[in-house]
Amino acid sequence: MLKTTPLNAAHRSLGARMVDFGGWDMPVNYGSQIEEHHAVRRDAGMFDVSHMLAIDVHGDGARAFLRRTLANNVDKLREPGSALYSCMLNHAGGVIDDLIVYLLSEERFRLVVNAGRTGEDLAWLESIRERLGVAPELLPRHDLAMIAVQGPLARARVWQTLPGTRAPTAAMRSFHSAQLGELMLARTGYTGEDGFELMLPAGRAPLLWQRLLDCGVKPCGLGARDTLRLEAGMNLWGQDMDESVSPPDAGLAWSVDLASARDFVGKAALLAHPQQWQLLGLVLTEQGGVLRGQQKVLTPEGEGEITSGTFSPTLERSIALARLPMGVETGAPVQVAVRDKQLAAKVVKPPFVRNGRILVN
Amino acid sequence: MKTPEQLKYTKTHEWVASEAEGTLAVGITDHAQEVLGDMVFLELPAMGKRYAQGEACAVIESVKAASDINMPVAGVVVAVNEDLAKSPERVNADAYAAWMFRIKPDNPGDIGNLMDAAAYAGHAAK
Repeated sequence: MLKTTPLNAAHRSLGARMVDFGGWDMPVNYGSQIEEHHAVRRDAGMFDVSHMLAIDVHGDGARAFLRRTLANNVDKLREPGSALYSCMLNHAGGVIDDLIVYLLSEERFRLVVNAGRTGEDLAWLESIRERLGVAPELLPRHDLAMIAVQGPLARARVWQTLPGTRAPTAAMRSFHSAQLGELMLARTGYTGEDGFELMLPAGRAPLLWQRLLDCGVKPCGLGARDTLRLEAGMNLWGQDMDESVSPPDAGLAWSVDLASARDFVGKAALLAHPQQWQLLGLVLTEQGGVLRGQQKVLTPEGEGEITSGTFSPTLERSIALARLPMGVETGAPVQVAVRDKQLAAKVVKPPFVRNGRILVN
Repeated sequence: MKTPEQLKYTKTHEWVASEAEGTLAVGITDHAQEVLGDMVFLELPAMGKRYAQGEACAVIESVKAASDINMPVAGVVVAVNEDLAKSPERVNADAYAAWMFRIKPDNPGDIGNLMDAAAYAGHAAK
C-alpha cells in the first residue's frame, strides 16, 4: 500500500501521471515535464513535497544536540527563522542524509529531511540522543503538508493568494523563514529559483493548492523537480552521495564546518581521510544520447562516474554531475561511455543554471 | 491511451502499419510515449541492415530514461525518419504519425503474429 499526501486527490483530478516514489504515490508530471520545468524558470510552478518529513527538535539542549549531530554548524543560526543546509554524517564521515535546519526559537529547531530516509534519520537521531544523554524531544511532524512554490514570480503569486503574508515576508532574505499562525513560509527551495516552501497543517493544504492554481501557479511533478535541481547543481541523496560517500567527495565541503573547535559526528573521519574525488558538472558536446547515472567518464587523470544525468531543458543539451578524479580541471574534454559509444563532454563547475540564467558555456 | 484499429502492435509497445508497397512502418505507441515522457533523443537503425524479430534496433530517450525499440518482425530496414530524429518531441505530440523506420519483412505473413488493437489495449492496461 503506497503512502499518500493530503494532495493526492488533487493530483489525480489534474490528470497527473503517478509513480511509486520510495513508497509514496507521487505525481511525476501533469503532462509535459519540460513545460513544467520552463514554468519554474520563467514564471511560477508548485510541487507537492509533503512526502518530506519535518522533524522538530524541541526543548532544553536542542542546540547542543544539533551542534553535535550536524556537519554544518547550527551556531550560524542566530535569528529565529534563519535556515542552514547541512549533511548528517555517520562515524565514518558518510552522508546519512542531507537536510535543511530551521531555527524556530531557541528551544525549537526544525529539520526537513528526505522522504526515503525518514526511518534511518529518526533512528540515528534517537541513538545519538540516548548516547549523549541530552534532553530535547524529537517530534516527527506527520501532521504537516509542504508545498514548494518556485520561480521568478513565485513569491508574488503566494502574496496574491495569501495577501496577509506579503508585509511580513517581503524583506525576508534567502534561507530565512517566517511563522504566520499555522503557516510557515521559508525562502528556500530545490530549483535554483526564488520562491517559498510552505508548511502548513495537512488539512489546509488542498485549499491552498487550489487557490495557488487559481492564481496561475503551474503544478509540477517530480520529473521537473529533478531536472531543475540538477541544472541548479544541487545534490540528490542516493545518487550523488550516500552513506559510503563523504561530503567533500560529493562536492559538499562548503557545507561542513571544520573551522570551529566544535566536535561533531563524522569529524574525526573527515580529518583523517583526505578528499578523494571531486563532484563536477559535465555538458555533452556532441549528439548521440543522454548522460545518465552510472555511466563511466574517461579523463586524462583516470576514470570517473556520472552520479546524476539528464537532458537539460534550459541548455537544450544533456548535463550531468560526475564524481571525477582529483586533478581534472574545468574546461577539460572527457569521454562518456553511453551505451556502445564514447561521447565527448566538457567539465564545468556547477551550477549550470541559476535564477533563469545559464552559467556555463 | 489511443490504439488505432488499423495498426498491429508488439508486447514491447511498437506499432506497425502495413503499407501498399509491402513495407511496414514502425513507431512506438501512445501508451509508450506517455510512460516515457518528453522525448529528447532518437537513434535510428542502420539503413539496409537486417534485424531478427525482437532484436533491439533503435533507441529512444526521454528526459527520464532510455528505451530500446525492437524489430517487430524480421526484416531489412529500407527507410529511416531523419526528420523525426531532429525533433523527437513529435513522438509525444502524435505517436502514430511519428514513424521511425520502414522495413521490408523477410516473411510478409509474420505480421499476423502481432497483436490487434484490442489485444494490445488489454496488454498495455496490465
